[in-house]
Amino acid sequence: MVLKLEHVTKRFGSFTAVKDLSIVIPEKEMFGFLGANGAGKTTTFRMILGLLDSSDGRITWDDQPINYSTSHLVGYLPEERGLYPKLKVSDQIVYLARLRGMLKSEAVSELKYWLERFKVPEYENKKVEELSKGNQQKIQFIAAVIHKPKLLILDEPFSGLDPVNVEMLKEAVLLLKENGTTIVFSSHQMHHVEEMCEHLCIMHKGTPVVHGSLKEIKRAFGKKNLVIHADFPLDSLKDYPGVVKTKTTAEGIHLQIDGEYVAEKILKDIVNKGFIRKFDLEEPSLNDIFIEKVGDSYE
Amino acid sequence: MNKFWIILFHTYLNKLKTKSFLITTLLTVVITLALTNMSNIIEVFDKGGGKEKVAVLDETGQLYVPLKEQMSALNKDLQLTEFDGSEKEAEKAVEEGEYAGIVQLRYDAEQLPEATYKAMSVADSSIFSDLQTGLQQMKTMLAASKINLTPEQLQQLYEPVSFEKIALEENAKTEEELNQARGLVYVLLFIIYFAVIMYANMIAMEVATEKSSRVMEILISSVSPIKQMFAKILGIGLLSLTQLAVLLSVGYFSIKRNLSSLEGGFFDAFGFGNISLSTIAYAVVFFILGYFLYATLAAFLGSLVSRIEDVQQMITPMTLLVVAGFMIAMFGLGKPDSPFIVITSYIPFFTPMIMFLRVGMLNIPVWEAALGISILLGTIIFLAVFGARVYRGGVLMYGKSNSFKDIKKALQLTKNE
Repeated sequence: MVLKLEHVTKRFGSFTAVKDLSIVIPEKEMFGFLGANGAGKTTTFRMILGLLDSSDGRITWDDQPINYSTSHLVGYLPEERGLYPKLKVSDQIVYLARLRGMLKSEAVSELKYWLERFKVPEYENKKVEELSKGNQQKIQFIAAVIHKPKLLILDEPFSGLDPVNVEMLKEAVLLLKENGTTIVFSSHQMHHVEEMCEHLCIMHKGTPVVHGSLKEIKRAFGKKNLVIHADFPLDSLKDYPGVVKTKTTAEGIHLQIDGEYVAEKILKDIVNKGFIRKFDLEEPSLNDIFIEKVGDSYE
Repeated sequence: MNKFWIILFHTYLNKLKTKSFLITTLLTVVITLALTNMSNIIEVFDKGGGKEKVAVLDETGQLYVPLKEQMSALNKDLQLTEFDGSEKEAEKAVEEGEYAGIVQLRYDAEQLPEATYKAMSVADSSIFSDLQTGLQQMKTMLAASKINLTPEQLQQLYEPVSFEKIALEENAKTEEELNQARGLVYVLLFIIYFAVIMYANMIAMEVATEKSSRVMEILISSVSPIKQMFAKILGIGLLSLTQLAVLLSVGYFSIKRNLSSLEGGFFDAFGFGNISLSTIAYAVVFFILGYFLYATLAAFLGSLVSRIEDVQQMITPMTLLVVAGFMIAMFGLGKPDSPFIVITSYIPFFTPMIMFLRVGMLNIPVWEAALGISILLGTIIFLAVFGARVYRGGVLMYGKSNSFKDIKKALQLTKNE
């Protein structure tokens, strides 16, 4: 059950939304899509789901195209949240679950389980419009996962939630992954992807700029972060060979360096100058990689 | 259960339970009951009023009796009484409401009757015109006897000319049948008109609501948009049939119960006395086809808007088409065989009403009706295929614009370049 995108391109008239995207997502993996608004994430998801046809290339899951005959195996949480505002939670979840091929009785008991899990069992008979936005999002999440999909696509699942609810939802996502669901999700927040995904893809204006496993991407990026706190001025390090970027802070300096060897040299040079309170070599964060690849246009 | 049926029954049951549906059904049932019991209702009000009394001030002393005879033949509800007092007293009696009016009778220079009618207001013209007819007849009789006509001569004078209308076309409807058909067609046209507007609106709203609440994206990832669209159209169609079945059965039983009192009256004139089965069958066919035509149109128009407020604006051209069809049909009721009506009956957007009008009122060859129905069916199939493609793209489009340019955009979304 491998999800494969091979040279997928989508054009809307003269505008190219996704350009030559090739990704392989292994079974039971969590795959993260990163990208600024308009990078082509939602279009990619819509193509994976078969809502849009790709202009070029092929998308297969287990070597089969994804279409309505497999829809009971697929779960989808759209970026734009939406449920029937006038319907009761139980009515619409059961309706949506039945459209994913569940029986009514199964849907009812699963819904009870999930509402308990999210600590909101009292919402079962409430209308959606009476719930807060965050709670609507929980209901929406239930609608996406109630039928135990094998492939789950989450478009910005954590946006607009408070930290407690983000944790709750994360736990649920991780549980689904442990139970064997392949999960594809997109996020604006790097730390979610960094924390949860083994593989990821950074998209920029429809083109995949980086893609692979998190470790490989970090290794391939090469650059590292170096934090130095010392009692003597460190400004001279700004022009040190191998230093890419510097940021002065109250206690010292943050450097982005070309590799470990630069840190070694710096340490040798400054070790006799005075007292060094902190000398910390860090792995680059996904945020650093993202900004480097996509540019400063992303806020 | 098949997803198609799940959506169909979900749409049907949800709409059935809404307050607006229950209220409109209740209201139309009340209106139907009122219409079918109209003669009873009128009677109730009339009983309170009783007979109209008119005072007669006969200055000649001879004319009261013949006038009363004439009037009793003309209008039984108009009671004439000879008034003995003066004109002033009579006027006072009218002011007090004892009489509806006063008639003053006298002779003119030729010794022929002449009269004045006085009442509080002259808004009620029926008493006046009845009296005028009565006086006219009396005057003719008096004049005739003055020139010494024999009763035979008199009879000849009064005998109406023999004049008959005969349609040469075989099976053509007689004047009486045509009038009956007109009444029935009129009522059925109204039903088609209202149902098409109401239910097409409902479909457009339904689609737009799903889109604006963004639940659409989940729906289309589980069920194909085309399946969804037709499940919805059929679900609402089932709803319309439910509502019509309620109305028609209420109407039918109400008429049946009142049949004895209705005979020969208003209902015969409207053609309910002997409802022609073929007309009803055609009505059902054209109702269903008309519904499908406009429902398909409404569904894909509804899929193009992103906000509910824009729905009305989007479907206005469609509503205008229905209104235009209805207007043409109203004109056609008086002139069902004019070339204009014949031509418009083949235009698919008008066919449900105008072709029905023609088959209801004229005896047109079967092939003409069949041709109209085929063109209509073809258009429905075309619209369904085209509409389904627009719908598929349209439901994914969100934005401010809601123009017909969006149709092109929606089609582009579904295209494989």
